[in-house]
Amino acid sequence: MSEIFLFYLFGGLSVLMTLLMIFQTNPVASAIYLVGAFFGLAALYVLLSAPFVAVLQVLVYAGAIMVLFTFVIMLLNIRKEELVYDRVTWRKTAVVLTALFFAGFLIWHFLKIPVVPFAPVEEGFGEVHKVGRLMFSKYLIPFELTSVLLLVAIIGALVLGKKE
Amino acid sequence: MLVLILKILIPFLLIFNLLPLLIWVERKGSAYIQDRRGPNRASFFGIRLGGLLHTISDVIKLITKEDIIPAHVNKPFFILAPFLVLFVACVTYAVIPFAHPIEINGGIFTFQAADLNVGILYILAMSSLGVFGVLLAGWSSNNKYSLLGGLRSSAQMFSYEIAMGLALLSVLLLGGSLELSALIDDQTAAVWRWNFIRNPLAFILFLTAVFAEANRLPFDLPEGESELVAGYHVEYSSMKFAMFFMAEYAHMIVGSALITALFFGGWQVPFLSTEFLRTNAESGLFMVLLAHGVLFMIIGFFLLGKFKSGKYGDKRDYEVIVIGLPMTVIGLALGLYTLLHGSFQLGDMGRQVFAAVLQFGVFMAKILFFCWVFIWIRWTLPRFRYDQLMHLGWKVMIPLGLASVAGTAIVMVL
Amino acid sequence: MITIHHYLILSALLFTLGLLGVVIRKNLLIVLMSLEVLMNAINLLLIAVSRYLGRMDGHVVAFFIMTVAAAEAGIGLAIVVTLFRNRRTIKTTDWRIMGG
Repeated sequence: MSEIFLFYLFGGLSVLMTLLMIFQTNPVASAIYLVGAFFGLAALYVLLSAPFVAVLQVLVYAGAIMVLFTFVIMLLNIRKEELVYDRVTWRKTAVVLTALFFAGFLIWHFLKIPVVPFAPVEEGFGEVHKVGRLMFSKYLIPFELTSVLLLVAIIGALVLGKKE
Repeated sequence: MLVLILKILIPFLLIFNLLPLLIWVERKGSAYIQDRRGPNRASFFGIRLGGLLHTISDVIKLITKEDIIPAHVNKPFFILAPFLVLFVACVTYAVIPFAHPIEINGGIFTFQAADLNVGILYILAMSSLGVFGVLLAGWSSNNKYSLLGGLRSSAQMFSYEIAMGLALLSVLLLGGSLELSALIDDQTAAVWRWNFIRNPLAFILFLTAVFAEANRLPFDLPEGESELVAGYHVEYSSMKFAMFFMAEYAHMIVGSALITALFFGGWQVPFLSTEFLRTNAESGLFMVLLAHGVLFMIIGFFLLGKFKSGKYGDKRDYEVIVIGLPMTVIGLALGLYTLLHGSFQLGDMGRQVFAAVLQFGVFMAKILFFCWVFIWIRWTLPRFRYDQLMHLGWKVMIPLGLASVAGTAIVMVL
Repeated sequence: MITIHHYLILSALLFTLGLLGVVIRKNLLIVLMSLEVLMNAINLLLIAVSRYLGRMDGHVVAFFIMTVAAAEAGIGLAIVVTLFRNRRTIKTTDWRIMGG
């Protein structure tokens, strides 16, 4: 039954951290909460026997993307008064209600999937060599294309960030 | 469960006990490099132990000092930051294997807390998290020097992580695995199979990147005391400051352990494979004990020889005797016992344990050597200028890293 | 017992939260972070479903999504920096000139 406990622990952690992230006036605090949420998700990936993706989650999201975010936040050095959270309006209430409706809609659809307990996984499921083999055989072309994507991103960031 | 807890705890405690020793080595080493005597004032009933007691008094001082939290800081993050830094420096030990696995009742017992399938990626992930602690410390202090230090360090760690990743990539191409234990197995006991000979370029890159990750000189710009006061930890005091300090040393030890595991064969005893050690365990034990006896006696005699009555005119004169005499006696006893006892009878288990203990000792010796290299370089090289640092990181290390990966891959295919 | 429903509902919740963040916040940086949450919700879905089906294709796709997220974060932050450099503000409401 420890699996249930771990699921609620880490799932709850990621939801709570995401909530805190959204309702923060201070972007650095937001970034740190988001890192917490990503950690919770990484733990869930381990529970789902996907260790490779879990480590990548920490490496890419927490270690690279969020550090970049924090770096940019500090670089811009935004003063706190620019981040004052404005009052609750009708528009926002409508947005929240729509979001709740959307969540309910999604969950209603998901619940239609038949409940089958997870089958025991084969040896080495989700580990590096198996995922790697799949990545370099069936998904070779998409994999190569991601390198082009990254190159484009690098060039784009360079062009945008360059001072005239 | 108990075994798991012990597995987690023992490396951790080992590192925390190495920390004060390393601080002593750093002080003494720097003193000898700069032609000074180094710390030698703290004493306990006149016994000075060559400055070793300074670390103990330091610890007492840091623990009992008032923990000041300045009024202008962002309190939760200010408190979180040192914990984060120390945590990140310590968790990497989980994947480092300390000896060849042994068999107990048919089960395999590994000398590492977690034999992760993704070992190297785990190390990279954890070391990339180290930036957060420094960045948070710098930002939450609300001090422009701290902020500059934090920004510098994040940019630096960013840049050098890429080179580190590339160096690691060429190593794991050679070993064909992401597991550290598999990489060490692949290097075997033969020294010419060790990765620093098979790929010296990757070794140099990795060494440089580890220095940058640990924020040690010549890459200690984040704290550069001459321009940033002390960088990201200006506002910290007492134990929180000590945690940054400890994290730096923990980083050093973990960096040394990684260098050893990846490039210097890890726990492999040079030229003596695990098989060889296990078959010759009995004569091996005999020789090891005898060598220890002789070593102790040599050190003891050396210390006793330094005794000169009236050299200082106080209790310090007898210090060498207090340490030297027991060492000589222990060495003599050990040597005589070994010689008189003759050959030892070891069971199957005993042979395995002997091999593991010897390998562990060799691994620790290698780690300590690299810790010394860290200290040595710190007191030899001057600090880089910031633009030089960035130039080195992006325009020298990364192309070299790419060349190393490409070269390794080509050689592997041929 | 943990079934796929738990993970799917969690994923839906996270997705909704991310969407909420994108719509409700005016700070561009938080909007970008919320976008990351959206992608993570999708990733969780993919991993859960690949566990359910016993196939690893979802892991590979999750990897691709991470690549896209990295590229997006890089470009997005570059845009934020450029915007901030031009007008010293990153509030979304201050950048409505294109919308008329």
